[in-house]
Amino acid sequence: MARIAGVDLRLDKCIEIALTDIYGIGRTRSTSILASAKVEPASRVRDLTEQEVSRIRQVIDRQGGVEGDLRKMVQMNVKRLIEIGSYRGLRHRRNLPVRGQRTHTNARTRKGPRRLAVKKKGVVRH
Amino acid sequence: MGRSLKKGPYVEPSLVKKIEHMNNEGERQVIRTWSRRSTIVPEMVGHTLAVHNGKRFIPVYITENMVGHKLGEFAPTRTFRSHAGGRKSERTARFG
Repeated sequence: MARIAGVDLRLDKCIEIALTDIYGIGRTRSTSILASAKVEPASRVRDLTEQEVSRIRQVIDRQGGVEGDLRKMVQMNVKRLIEIGSYRGLRHRRNLPVRGQRTHTNARTRKGPRRLAVKKKGVVRH
Repeated sequence: MGRSLKKGPYVEPSLVKKIEHMNNEGERQVIRTWSRRSTIVPEMVGHTLAVHNGKRFIPVYITENMVGHKLGEFAPTRTFRSHAGGRKSERTARFG
């Protein structure tokens, strides 16, 4: 079993794709990691030798910025923005888009599922 | 896109002058400024600047964490109270 940075990689995938299961590693980073670890990107995870896996592990450990550490870093950054009372912190606090996107429509990723406004109850006359 | 490093951070020249003056004299007073576009530089730490939000001056106490941000980020320009019938209407914070 290939366990890197606390994540089990899918055995039947190419290592290049499998590495992207790790938080903080996408295709670009995956490719560069494999290049510096001298591992063939197209090789399947189950076919990797123990040495190859440990080389990949070493490269990732050296770079850092994956999984828990990365999540913590992001959280700290958000916390900092909130604490200094900046506009961006305010947007984070309210779960609204931070980078000036429109909120009249869309922005559902940040705002979550729609909450329909309750229509005012009036006496209906015929 | 960020600003070219070659130029360095932008701070309103008049503001720099006032800050330097305060640092040299060791005085502390609130400076009013309209220059929301000025970057917060380390020299400002510990001072209080009153940043215009279009209507009022919002006092901003500069801490170390704020260095690198712009003054305008700390003086919100918009007022949003709440929507009619919003359940969380009490939670809505008020802007300056």
